[in-house]
Amino acid sequence: MKIETFKYDNRIVRAFAIATIIWGLVGMCAGLLAAVQLFWPAANLNLQFVSFGRLRPLHTNAVIFAFVGNGMFMGIYYSLQRLCKARMFSDKLSWINFWGWNAIIVAAAITLPLGLTTSKEYAELEWPIDIAIALIWVAFTVNLLGTIIRRREKHLYVAIWFYIATALTVAVLHIVNSMEMPAGPFKSYSMYAGVQDALVQWWYGHNAVAFFLTTPYLGLMYYFLPKAANRPVFSYRLSIIHFWALIFIYIWAGPHHLLYTALPDWAQSLGMVFSLMLIAPSWGGMLNGLLTLRGAWDKVRQDPMLKFMVVAVTAYGMATLEGPMLAIKSVNSLSHYTDWTIAHVHTGALGWNGFLTFSMLYYLFPRLYRTQLYSVKLANWHFWLGLLGIMFYVIPMYCSGLTQGLMWKQFTKDGFLQYPNFLETVLQIVPLYRLRAIGGSLYILGTIMCAYNLYRTAKGGSFEPDTEAQAAAIADDAGAPKEKGHRWLESKPILLTVLAVVAIAIGGVVEMVPMFLIKNNVPTISSVKPYTPLEVLGRDLYIREGCVGCHSQMIRPLRSETERYGEYSKAGEFVFDHPFLWGSKRTGPDLHRVGGKYPDAWHYKHMEDPRSTSPGSIMPQYTWLLTQKLDTNALPARLSALRKIGVPYPAGFENGPAQADLAAQAAKVVANLRIGSVSNAPPDSEIIGLIAYLQRLGTDIKSAPKAAAPALSSNPSPKS
Amino acid sequence: MNIILFLMLASLVVAALFLGGFIWAVRAGQFEDTGTPPLRILGEDDPTPAAKLPFPVTNQEN
Repeated sequence: MKIETFKYDNRIVRAFAIATIIWGLVGMCAGLLAAVQLFWPAANLNLQFVSFGRLRPLHTNAVIFAFVGNGMFMGIYYSLQRLCKARMFSDKLSWINFWGWNAIIVAAAITLPLGLTTSKEYAELEWPIDIAIALIWVAFTVNLLGTIIRRREKHLYVAIWFYIATALTVAVLHIVNSMEMPAGPFKSYSMYAGVQDALVQWWYGHNAVAFFLTTPYLGLMYYFLPKAANRPVFSYRLSIIHFWALIFIYIWAGPHHLLYTALPDWAQSLGMVFSLMLIAPSWGGMLNGLLTLRGAWDKVRQDPMLKFMVVAVTAYGMATLEGPMLAIKSVNSLSHYTDWTIAHVHTGALGWNGFLTFSMLYYLFPRLYRTQLYSVKLANWHFWLGLLGIMFYVIPMYCSGLTQGLMWKQFTKDGFLQYPNFLETVLQIVPLYRLRAIGGSLYILGTIMCAYNLYRTAKGGSFEPDTEAQAAAIADDAGAPKEKGHRWLESKPILLTVLAVVAIAIGGVVEMVPMFLIKNNVPTISSVKPYTPLEVLGRDLYIREGCVGCHSQMIRPLRSETERYGEYSKAGEFVFDHPFLWGSKRTGPDLHRVGGKYPDAWHYKHMEDPRSTSPGSIMPQYTWLLTQKLDTNALPARLSALRKIGVPYPAGFENGPAQADLAAQAAKVVANLRIGSVSNAPPDSEIIGLIAYLQRLGTDIKSAPKAAAPALSSNPSPKS
Repeated sequence: MNIILFLMLASLVVAALFLGGFIWAVRAGQFEDTGTPPLRILGEDDPTPAAKLPFPVTNQEN
């Protein structure tokens, strides 16, 4: 048996570690600014780039893909080499992974404040960046699988399985959900429309939580927790069951994000049942982690790294019990659209991902720098501040979610809504928003302490760029016929097979999707027509400003909702909605039936200063919409892109008739504004388009045409 | 709602990959020994031991 000497690459681990800390602080600060704006709208300084709607996706992308993403790569690049007893497959791919991923994050940090967004949650980045993500992810996957194939340890430790599942599934999810038709360098429309887009989005969205925030971190837990406690995992057998059960169940749970919507009932039930089943593997994993510490709790008292780990694993347990509960339809009817969801995700993000990341950082820095942690005391301070921060964040959000959810549903004994004015339910929870911002601040303070502590640790040590290690190559005990098949599988062909299947799947997706969609775009409600040119541009502004972050467009068939908003939303109403804009949170009221509810001038004044029409409102001002010119030059590209994905605009419509139609409709809006004593509205400003879109919302199915919204220009007649 | 069929197809492809991985793992004997792998990962990634133990505790009371 030949002993080989090789070196583990520590440079790449350090690079990801530094990126994790920097992006973590950026993402958390973006979150804090967003949180402050919810009780103090002026905190955006009336700058469009940091208004809530644009800031929220920046916050979510930064913490998910930048903070947790870099943290995940950091942990994987460190542990995988040691588990496989091999250096990473290719240093070049490692650095492509690092620089590529962080360039993507920079691109996100530039484009999202500019309002360049697809509006699909956690997939907001526009198409050129989507392509870059796919390429960089492939580089990571090849590097991962290549390292596994070149390993010197025959047994694949359970953590590696979690990494493989992450790499493969995220690739499939990202590609399927990012199918979009470009309409300019940074503008695209989802290939899917309405209810289909919603289903794809939440199939992606849920699995992004599962395979980006959960499986890689579980793998890291199975490595770093036993290492830090210096004890084997409680039950290795349980960890194997945990893994296989989890990944087989997770991919079916997505529809629980669409309970009570227009999604077919059986699909909703399927999602609910699979979600409930998830409790078993999730709690198996949590208990396995906690029980690993049996007999080693004295170490938890002394080692801050283990403290963070214990809270992380506990938060995982809490979040994975709560998740299935929220996926029960009756619970969801109360919790959905409220801050309960925000509390739930932050238990996961701050507790599970955040604390596990800090735990890894405290473990890695002393080892990478061959020294001791600069200050255990400071790390303990970080721990307690962080924990308090989580509490001050999560508990107010639970109270807020329950309060508002119950207020929305409260009827008087005569059968009327107790709180018919939505604003009343908002004002009730504003104090809780203040508390939440305190929680977030504490958490950030802890993170700053962590950054300082790690910086001093690095200063005090000397970095070891490569760690030398020795191991025997995998024994090639040829001859035994029983081993033959295995050895064949274990060499390169397995990689080729996997890659081939992925390639086939991707090719299939690219070919099949457009076909499905065009067929599916036949309207099922004859009165539902495509948006007019002005409304298309208005809708794009609605997307740009991130209105969907606070306003849903999906009225569930519950009496409390139909009383408040009007007729419940039907699948057939959304057939031209590329992308869907159902939203998942009601910080403000649902807007699906807002068309015709208020005069045009009301919208104008409301956008100029929401508090002039709704005293106490926490909506930001959108004064820039009143002054910026509507970009009508973009119209031809947008209409033709929409036609390509199945919206029946007549051929040649965009080359002239569309502009005339737009001008005519804009003139009507201006006239309506004048009636409402708004005389200074320039007819070519953005607000005109947005008003036209808002007044169109949900009006197509209103039975009596004369009761519908203020007259708008005629719709382009479909070819039919 | 053909998209449901499509998503199920995509999910089934992922599930099939997982199943393939599972079958391979079982046949390759990956799970025959559940005793030594968890022990093996402990204390082996620092083959050049530092003079002092690299991390756990600084100078706290024990």
